[in-house]
Amino acid sequence: MLKIIKYSFFDLLRSKWSYVYFLFYLLLGSVLLFLNNDLSGAVITLMNVNIILVPLIATVFGVMYYYNSGEFTILLLAQPVRRRTVFTGQYLGIAGSLALSLVLGLGIPFAAYGLFRSAAIWDFAVLLLTGVALTFIFTLLAFNIALSNENRIKGFGYAILLWLLLAIAYDGIFLLLLAHFQEYPLERFALTATVLNPVDLARILILLKLDISALMGYTGAVFKQFFGTGAGSLLSGLVLLLWIFVPLWWLQKSARKKDF
Amino acid sequence: MVDIRNISKSFGRNQVLKDLSLNITQEGVTAILGPNGSGKTTLLKCILGLTIPDRGNITVHGRDIRKDVKYREDLDYLPQIADFPANLKVRELIKMIGELRHRTTRENELIRFFELQPFLDKKLGTLSGGTRQKVNLVLAFMFNSPLVILDEPSSGLDPVSLLRLKQWIHEEKEQGKVILLTSHIMSLVEEIAENIVFLLDGKIYFSGTIARLRSETEEQNLEHAIAALLSGKCLVR
Repeated sequence: MLKIIKYSFFDLLRSKWSYVYFLFYLLLGSVLLFLNNDLSGAVITLMNVNIILVPLIATVFGVMYYYNSGEFTILLLAQPVRRRTVFTGQYLGIAGSLALSLVLGLGIPFAAYGLFRSAAIWDFAVLLLTGVALTFIFTLLAFNIALSNENRIKGFGYAILLWLLLAIAYDGIFLLLLAHFQEYPLERFALTATVLNPVDLARILILLKLDISALMGYTGAVFKQFFGTGAGSLLSGLVLLLWIFVPLWWLQKSARKKDF
Repeated sequence: MVDIRNISKSFGRNQVLKDLSLNITQEGVTAILGPNGSGKTTLLKCILGLTIPDRGNITVHGRDIRKDVKYREDLDYLPQIADFPANLKVRELIKMIGELRHRTTRENELIRFFELQPFLDKKLGTLSGGTRQKVNLVLAFMFNSPLVILDEPSSGLDPVSLLRLKQWIHEEKEQGKVILLTSHIMSLVEEIAENIVFLLDGKIYFSGTIARLRSETEEQNLEHAIAALLSGKCLVR
């Protein structure tokens, strides 16, 4: 498995899109910090970028990589290697290389700004951690969609649709439902709905860490009230991990049955 | 070596293989022939474990292929389309595939034979189709396995490289290997194969030596003999 991870990682790391992605974050981090001079403001702006853009990039890269490496995957599958090793290895390789672009692209300007001597280091760490988690989750969801759709256009469409639903439309639908059923007790519903969306979870994790109730919204407030900051962070972290393990299990399961 | 028993495979409503049985033990080259869509590639992919039959059993070297992937340690495969990660160098790809099995490889001999030295440090995305096919050949032959499966081995090769390929296959045969191949180029098949398996609509219409095919169809030319099979002059098993 390590060999497959290693080569997928280097293959993607050398593509020019990885550099574009890395440079974009480098530029964004530098502009926000050095022109704005406000560390916690920068963290909040980055959070918004983090929960919209990171899933989008991971989705697009995941689908594209899967379809582009189709023939090579067949060659790997004809070797004495188990199917789940091949797919898990490729997945970890590309998610790892995307996560590295993100961590370095944001980490370098923050380190240059003197972050390690400031109190905001933990806020920043949570930001990076959720970014990495979202990268791993959305690459995996994209891999799952691509694996079960031979037709590239359809696969690409479904993957983008999923991103649109989770990162953009979900909040709107959620809010509509809350407004419509406001006479009923909605805490449980709000909690479940939040847990079901990794983007919301990431947002709450960051906001709980920053402790900005104004930005937290209804779900954040419920979350905090329900679990307190410590337990809430722990729970949302654990659920984010579940968002990796369950789709990974599904990927391995569907890879076992598929015809190539 | 390869024992296929009563396998069937459908993709949706399209039944590609129909209760097909085949036993390949003969040393040398067995060519699997048939028109487009007759199930050749599906049959090879079933042996490789890439496509899972709906019914039936396949054993390779006496091992049930569904139980364990280890049987592929002794099986080499050349895919029809040579498509590799664009950003890896030729040298890195060969090393990577070589590391997937625990045994010595003979890539240097093959690199020299197919004259790939000038391309070793080039990225795979920059190579021409023919050069990629040569890399494909190196990857397929480097493990020196007793069973070799080649899907359209001549595609994209220039005349000189094609000659080399034939020479290489000839040497492999002398080592007593079992080679399974598909090709649409009858002259190549006539030159290197001893046995023919002819597939049509997912069934085997002929399985035997080229000499037997000639005598049974009363055609000396392989192309004509195949045409005779296709036109339904005879159905021999």
